[in-house]
Amino acid sequence: MVQNDKRVTIITGHYGSGKTEFAVNYAMKSIETSPKVTLGDLDIVNVYFRSRERKKQLEEMGIHVISSNLEGDSVDIPAVAAITSPVRDKSTKYIVDLGGNDVGTMVLGRLKPLLDSAETDFLMVVNVNRPDTSSPEGILREMKSIEDASGLKVTGFVNNTNLIRETTAEDITMGDKILKEASKLSGVPIKYTTYVEEVVKDAEKLPDDLGGELFPLKFYMRKDWM
Amino acid sequence: MAKVLMKGNEAIGKAAIEAGCKFFFGYPITPQSELPEYLSDELPKVGGTFVQAESELAAINMVYGAAAAGARVLTSSSSPGLALKQEGIGYITNADLPAVVVNMMRGGPGLGTIQPGQADYHMCVKGGSNGDYHNIVLAPASVQEAVDMVMDAFDLADFYRTPVIILSDGLIGQMMEPVEFNYSPKKDLPSKDAWALKGKGNGEKHMIVNLNMDAEDCENHNIALQKKYDVIEADEQSWEEYCMDDAEYAFVSYGTSSRIVKSSVDTLRAAGYKVGLIRPKTLYPFPVNAFKRENIKKYLDVEMSMGQMTDDVKLACNDVNKVVFYGRTGGIILTPEEVVEFGKSVMGGDK
Repeated sequence: MVQNDKRVTIITGHYGSGKTEFAVNYAMKSIETSPKVTLGDLDIVNVYFRSRERKKQLEEMGIHVISSNLEGDSVDIPAVAAITSPVRDKSTKYIVDLGGNDVGTMVLGRLKPLLDSAETDFLMVVNVNRPDTSSPEGILREMKSIEDASGLKVTGFVNNTNLIRETTAEDITMGDKILKEASKLSGVPIKYTTYVEEVVKDAEKLPDDLGGELFPLKFYMRKDWM
Repeated sequence: MAKVLMKGNEAIGKAAIEAGCKFFFGYPITPQSELPEYLSDELPKVGGTFVQAESELAAINMVYGAAAAGARVLTSSSSPGLALKQEGIGYITNADLPAVVVNMMRGGPGLGTIQPGQADYHMCVKGGSNGDYHNIVLAPASVQEAVDMVMDAFDLADFYRTPVIILSDGLIGQMMEPVEFNYSPKKDLPSKDAWALKGKGNGEKHMIVNLNMDAEDCENHNIALQKKYDVIEADEQSWEEYCMDDAEYAFVSYGTSSRIVKSSVDTLRAAGYKVGLIRPKTLYPFPVNAFKRENIKKYLDVEMSMGQMTDDVKLACNDVNKVVFYGRTGGIILTPEEVVEFGKSVMGGDK
């Protein structure tokens, strides 16, 4: 599980693939085994549904959250805070939650010169129910545009295939099939397959040979009425 | 068609294309910018035209032009951007032209905030432009409903030859939900050939005019408009009822607020309160027929505004003393807990 992952985990993916929900869950999981965890919310693309909305809850769990020095919810400018120090501070697990698509990786320009590939994972979250990443070709096209913009190579996929509250084991299995094809074509392994425990009522139907490790999620970003 | 997961703004763009919309003119503004962004990619693929205009004023007048030529045309904005479009909306209405306008509301007044709000009820439902007019106003409470309403909006616009406004908010625009797209026209739509400006050829001369040279003509035009509104008010009211069968109290709420209220109704029902929800899906025409109930002791209007809908609820139930209000505004999203507290305070404390 997460304790065996590299120290720096950068989370990227297509717009609306579920990066932030995964990043927040990943941080919550990491704090169970790592003494020090930092979550960098470097979403400069969209001001809705950013992990900093859960800053209070995350900090109560002992997770350090960095986002922008400009704290207002309405600050719609691409300003980020001191994002490099957790790269240098070898004592902290560092999770970087990027904004969507290629444009979301722009902030990595600041981090890239400091990153040591031996201790960095660049995970791409994929939901095959999103129209642009519904096929292996679509996933690879998206991956290439993210890699071109960031100058980093994706080191693992996260199968986050879902239909929010309507997700079934069948959706996840279909996502697995398509992502495995993308994995075969690109050589990038599937690292995790996620599912929301309270939603997927037929989780026992999930096949044993799903790509990567099973990663149960909770809804942190989505309120009950959403 | 299998369901896909889409953000409200994108889904509305796709719904417009599925409904045969070929033209979009607009200007970016948070929290609806994904809508023009989506259409800038997708409209050219179906032979359509996307123009990011130099301003909202330019955009709405391009809509006027496309509508006059008989096209299915869409524009979208968020609160202050929609305020800028008001003059054009009045002109399009006056010219009896069909168009669909999306407003992803944010906190106001003025530039306000970029978080979700519902304080454009007056502007959109009562009419933010000059003159005696109404626009049909539809208020979706989910991404799927936004999709369905956008498709309906194009039909209603063509059927009544009037602008139709989708009055939604930043949260529906930004939220991801599973959606499917199944468009089939629900109305028998007349051909636009009788009035659209498509080139005279050997046919009749058509004119789309806004200035009346004679006051009597203008009054007659207003009377004709009013007749159209009478039909709309009689035929197009739409609402959802939730837990209303034995209800003694009724929340009234639309759009994002109504989702929060729905979960509060569940909580209050579990605590023994006989309470339900009336959710207007059309804001103009306001669903007055939903309020013909003798057994309701109070109507609890809940909005993300300072209570702009309460006047319509009072008129609909015909008793000002029956209507109470709770709301948050400026971009603050209500919580189910505060709505429950409000409900209890009206219905007599803990059971």
